[in-house]
Amino acid sequence: MSAIHCHQLCKTFRQGDEIITGLDHVDISIEEGEFVCLSGPSGSGKTTLLNAIGGLDTPDSGEIRMGDIRIDQLERGPLADMRLHHIGFVFQAYNLIPVLTAQENVEFVMQVQGIPAAERSRKARDILREVGLEGMEDRRPAQLSGGQQQRVAVARAIVSHPDLVLADEPTANLDSVASTHLMGLFSELNENHKITFVIATHDKRVMSYARRLIKMQDGKIISDEAQ
Amino acid sequence: MQGFRLHFVMLLRLSWRNLWRNHRRTYIMLGAISVGVWAMIFMTALMRGMVDDMLNQGIHNLPGHIQIQHPAFLDDPSVVNSIAEPEGELLAALNQPGVKRWATRIKVPAVIASERESRGINLLGVEAEAEADITGLPAQVSEGRFLESNQDQGVVIGAKLAQRLETRLGKRVVVMSQDPDNNISERGFRVVGIYRAEMPGLEEYNVYAARDTLQKLLRIEGRVSQIVIVDQDYRDIESLYRRIEKVTPSTLEIKPWYEIDNYLAAMFNMMDGFVLVWVIIIFLALSFGLVNTLVMAVFERVREIGLIQALGMRPRLIVYQILLESLLLLLIGLAIGNGLAIITVKPLESGLDISMVAEGMAMMGASSMLYPNLTLHDMLLANSVVIILGILTSILPAWRAAHLDPVRALNST
Ligand SMILES: Nc1ncnc2c1ncn2[C@@H]1O[C@H](COP(=O)(O)OP(=O)(O)O)[C@@H](O)[C@H]1O
Ligand SMILES: [Mg+2]
Repeated sequence: MSAIHCHQLCKTFRQGDEIITGLDHVDISIEEGEFVCLSGPSGSGKTTLLNAIGGLDTPDSGEIRMGDIRIDQLERGPLADMRLHHIGFVFQAYNLIPVLTAQENVEFVMQVQGIPAAERSRKARDILREVGLEGMEDRRPAQLSGGQQQRVAVARAIVSHPDLVLADEPTANLDSVASTHLMGLFSELNENHKITFVIATHDKRVMSYARRLIKMQDGKIISDEAQ
Repeated sequence: MQGFRLHFVMLLRLSWRNLWRNHRRTYIMLGAISVGVWAMIFMTALMRGMVDDMLNQGIHNLPGHIQIQHPAFLDDPSVVNSIAEPEGELLAALNQPGVKRWATRIKVPAVIASERESRGINLLGVEAEAEADITGLPAQVSEGRFLESNQDQGVVIGAKLAQRLETRLGKRVVVMSQDPDNNISERGFRVVGIYRAEMPGLEEYNVYAARDTLQKLLRIEGRVSQIVIVDQDYRDIESLYRRIEKVTPSTLEIKPWYEIDNYLAAMFNMMDGFVLVWVIIIFLALSFGLVNTLVMAVFERVREIGLIQALGMRPRLIVYQILLESLLLLLIGLAIGNGLAIITVKPLESGLDISMVAEGMAMMGASSMLYPNLTLHDMLLANSVVIILGILTSILPAWRAAHLDPVRALNST
């Protein structure tokens, strides 16, 4: 059910008297298990597209389908449920709940899903080990480096096997070592768990990991090629 | 159910940790709630003590919690409207264990005269040993003694009356009244005791003699004006009242204290209203702080709220989380406030001397000692008001937090 189809998506923002184009008739299909990079200069509409796919924002017109579900037509509650069970998010920064430890942050989503404590705790520990954070389970976000925080966010995004992970500039605040580590992790998870990844970035090194590169400009898709 | 429990544990953890994120603000708010709750309960205990005292005084003056009398007696308390002493079923009911005390008494208008003066009075013929529970008069005797038996030949008069009559302890006075056939009946009494009433007005009018002595004087052997019943607690006389009413002959009239004296009833009924209003006023002052605290708490974590929305937490759960945070704050504040109130009221329950400010109060029937009365009922009332209104005032900030636009929330700095 994880294939995503966007059809003629439009989104504009109003800023004072100005009308700003976020998305301009975007058509895009992403199949199950793909590893896609959205690239383009700042302001080209990458975030707007990710937010629309993830149901955080609704387009002005057009359709977004995930399998049979019209995401653009869901109410707040069902949208939240859809994100909870099918989509993982990784943002540029401040991904974690500051009052919870790494382990608790990873367990948070599972808790909302209603997974029993023992199972939750085991899964969280396993996934934290997989992203290389063994021994840091009880640290609060403030006690982790930026790269470690991003890895906790990734662990949380994938722990309950979502169909899709949306990552918005996940490496923007990381040094090159941490970026490389994170991208390695993404492609590994994509191969091992068959999770679809859509990563917005304007970082060349990140794009080199992608198997499909979509370029955007002024809210339009200007190229879409496998590599 | 399982899901609910999981959510609750999660929300509780989030709320608790969020609460201590900004220690200073939490401590200030806790201080405000504690002091507010303390003030609610402390002042309520004082008011309750004062009103209880007035009601007790008032009921002592009626006297009794329940009265049985001739239907015309309250309008015309003359000797003609007397009744027979209780017998049969009524007597059996009166002697049941639930009744704290019952007694018969005579009450007729009369004239009292010394060698110098005479005054119109209320002549009361009472059962000597029951009077402590019924009017509390024996404790108010300041000179001499109270009546010692139902056949006692003396009278006990008020200090004010003694002054007016220019008589004193040990002197003789003459009491005059009418028998049922309108013949004057009179006899001399020795003043055996002088009392001081909380309400000075009463001292001039109420003159106490022994019941049997008056029956003889008024030629109404075996008859009395009233049967007076005292229950364990004046607040809770319904069941006793109903039991006695059932066996009271239909020729007699039975009334609970709150029907005899509307003023007392009004005071009693208004008290809960007063307490509620007082508690709400303090709560309103607190609510500004509470709402402000929550609004600030939400404002500080807008981004985080965007994040948990993105992670798929339903708005409803976000509302619950913030309400729970508010509830925790309220519960801790209530615990401290209740504790403070108990610690400060308990030592005062043995009595607080307010004679310095009590001159004016005496007119209203209050004594110069104030006995604060901390009741479970009032504490529950204050606590429920704080919790219920606290949650209600928290709903708006919580709702607004849950309905932030996630994209904007995530982008806020
Ligand atoms: N909430 C908003 N209000 C006004 N303009 C916005 C808003 N969000 C995005 N935009 C504008 O929409 C355009 C696309 O933005 P965005 O999708 O964030 O681009 P990118 O993520 O590629 O940098 C930009 O011009 C941006 O300024
Ligand atoms: Mg962006």
